[in-house]
Amino acid sequence: MATAEDSAPPLEEQDDERTIPVRQTTSAGYGATKWKLESIIGMIVLAAFSAWIVASFVKGPRAFIQVLVIGLSNGALYALIALGYTMVYGIIELINFAHGDLFMLGSVIGAISLEQWLGQKSSSPTAWVWLAVTLLFAMAACALINIVIEKLAYRRLRNAPKLAPLITAVGVSFILQNIGIKLNGSAPHSRFSVLPRGALHIGPIEVRIKYIVVVAITAPLLLLMTYIVQKTRTGKAMRATAQDRDASLLMGINVDRIISYVFGLGGALAGAAGVLYVQVNETTRYDAGFRLGLIAFTAAVLGGVGNLLGAVIGGVLIGVIQSLNDGAPLFLGQEWTQTVMFSILIVMVIFRPGGIFGKHQQEKV
Amino acid sequence: MFTDFIEKLQPKSVAGRRILKISGYVALLIFILQLPNFAFTKDTSGPLPLFTIVLCAVYALFALGLNIVVGFAGLLDLGYVAFFLFGAYTAAWLMSDFGYQISERAGASRHQFSFDVHFMSAAADTLKGVHLSFWLVVIIAALVAALAGIAIGAPTLRLKSDYLALVTLGFGEILPEVFRNFGDVGGFNLTNGTKGIGPVDRVDMGLLSRLPKLPLVGKIPANIVSSDYKTKFYVIIVFCALFVYSSLKLRDGRLGRAWMAIREDELAASLMGVPLMRTKLWAYAVGAIAGGVGGAFYATIVGTINVDTFIFAFSIIILCAVILGGMGNVWGAIAGGVVITWFDQTGLVWLSTKFNSAAGTNFDFKSYQFGLFGLVLVLMMLFRPQGLIPATRSRQVKKADKQVLEHDHLGYGLEIGIDPPDHRPRGLPDEFETRRP
Repeated sequence: MATAEDSAPPLEEQDDERTIPVRQTTSAGYGATKWKLESIIGMIVLAAFSAWIVASFVKGPRAFIQVLVIGLSNGALYALIALGYTMVYGIIELINFAHGDLFMLGSVIGAISLEQWLGQKSSSPTAWVWLAVTLLFAMAACALINIVIEKLAYRRLRNAPKLAPLITAVGVSFILQNIGIKLNGSAPHSRFSVLPRGALHIGPIEVRIKYIVVVAITAPLLLLMTYIVQKTRTGKAMRATAQDRDASLLMGINVDRIISYVFGLGGALAGAAGVLYVQVNETTRYDAGFRLGLIAFTAAVLGGVGNLLGAVIGGVLIGVIQSLNDGAPLFLGQEWTQTVMFSILIVMVIFRPGGIFGKHQQEKV
Repeated sequence: MFTDFIEKLQPKSVAGRRILKISGYVALLIFILQLPNFAFTKDTSGPLPLFTIVLCAVYALFALGLNIVVGFAGLLDLGYVAFFLFGAYTAAWLMSDFGYQISERAGASRHQFSFDVHFMSAAADTLKGVHLSFWLVVIIAALVAALAGIAIGAPTLRLKSDYLALVTLGFGEILPEVFRNFGDVGGFNLTNGTKGIGPVDRVDMGLLSRLPKLPLVGKIPANIVSSDYKTKFYVIIVFCALFVYSSLKLRDGRLGRAWMAIREDELAASLMGVPLMRTKLWAYAVGAIAGGVGGAFYATIVGTINVDTFIFAFSIIILCAVILGGMGNVWGAIAGGVVITWFDQTGLVWLSTKFNSAAGTNFDFKSYQFGLFGLVLVLMMLFRPQGLIPATRSRQVKKADKQVLEHDHLGYGLEIGIDPPDHRPRGLPDEFETRRP
């Protein structure tokens, strides 16, 4: 896969002055063989993985497909969270460790407002309306929290050495977790779902309605996101700021406002993911954000950090891989989920930091 | 400010400074030796029981180790818990009867493995399993941790700083899960899973116990029983002292200067001929050694190793200690480690009982510890990135930088008639140098 790209970079890549299509190693000849070898190993791994999936499917086709559906629904949630990571990284080059915890806060806020304030505990048409209201409320709340975090913590460190905002993000993550403990308690808290409990039967396969609802809510959100980024004036300003902050500033773009906007959008998506997560899993826990956030970041890395479409595809891919590992035959099982996820993260970051579609980039000097 | 005031107080002559320094060390030594004899350390419900002091010292050792990675070499490591884990499990494997349990789960039909090795251990000869001398185990744990550091570092250290943080975090999360699941690998029990390994043997003091009664210290026992925190304290203090000494020596030596060059500007350092990978790997390995030693000692203090101890929050607590004290400052790391651990272990609980009995409320400070540590990280980064006790070098750099800036301001503003752009990074003071024209 990588060989064609690396040996002859296409013309439009060379036009882009900011990405230098050079191999990372100093000696070109050595680098070429090394990349060839790496891509061959990558192919072998991919082939082995595909064979594994096929074997799993053959062993238990029904279980496999049901797990796949769960994976798609989980993947949709991961995509929502991953978008927040990838947008923030795209615009200020910061791994926002607190983003997962924001998602957790979204889930807790959603659950509390739906159950305790609105009193909706079972499935009914009124409850669905209130669920929609809760969804919007949680999105707004998380967007606000994220904007405030950016304003208070990250903005002052925008020109600081890279270590400083990273450490700050870790600190913010811990503060949010503490808020989560205060709101939710330190033990997992079981919640009610207002989604219909039934299932659709397509042949021998059973698809739970809640998974369909998740995909049905996520897809328009993602489309809306794409519309905002690609078609609106603010979206254009966002893309410009991501490309070159100083130039955007000179062009009259209010960079601070745009960055706030990006944090707001990311926060809103995290809030939506939180509400949907509670509806599917019927539980909230204060440390959910840390692990799911990291898995979502893995998704973002898989699709190429900074690449919006990549984040969505990576999210779905990660969701599917996770649920295959959890439930499909011949896979390792739930107790190894974290290991599998983080191994993917580590392998991706080391061998293909640009993501599965991305080009191998050298760090800007 | 405060540091300037301290500098003014110092004597001007070289001999005077040396005398001050030596008398300072002597006073510190006497204070440390006397510490377990104070009455307040025996009060287990008081603010500073000896158990907490020992843990503070262990965490100070961890902070010293992480200070080399984060403070000296500028590599953000969010998975320091991995080295702690390796050290602790090495001790648990080599100093308990666990060697006997490896194939217990496999059933009688399979071949029974049993390792019965004894070497200068405090454990009775009749016990099964591997029982080595603690001092040998410490060396092995240091080697294991250093190797783990190299193994984790080798593929990851060429990454960008933020990805490096992420990958170390990933390792820190993977390893406990692997150790949890290795309670049953094809019928073999390698880590005893969630049940943990224990009891870990006592520390044997060997020839030291033959010494006559020492002033302040008293008689050294043949091996340290679990309630003997006094001797445990002296042992960990020796480790800390050794690590402080080697940190200071390394910092001023060739390797330390290479680390700081990389921290300041990686590209410039590599152009000056600093071998990047090798230097970074050394930072990882040396930092890991402190983790391994501390982990092995921790195993002997608590007696049982459980995988639930090795959580992400540990890495953050240590990071918090390093940042609070001042990145790159050995004494700062110790002070940070002691303060943070005190709050973590005893301080918050003690404060809340004091506060509640005084105000009549029911307020639990301990439940805010995550937020507190997070707040420490954020506030330090925003307002005092150099830490409470900044490294001496960065103090000098800051002074020089201030002069240069003042000079810049004069010319710049007059000529162009606009405010000079403050390019000076707000972050780590040691990187101020990089913008100098």
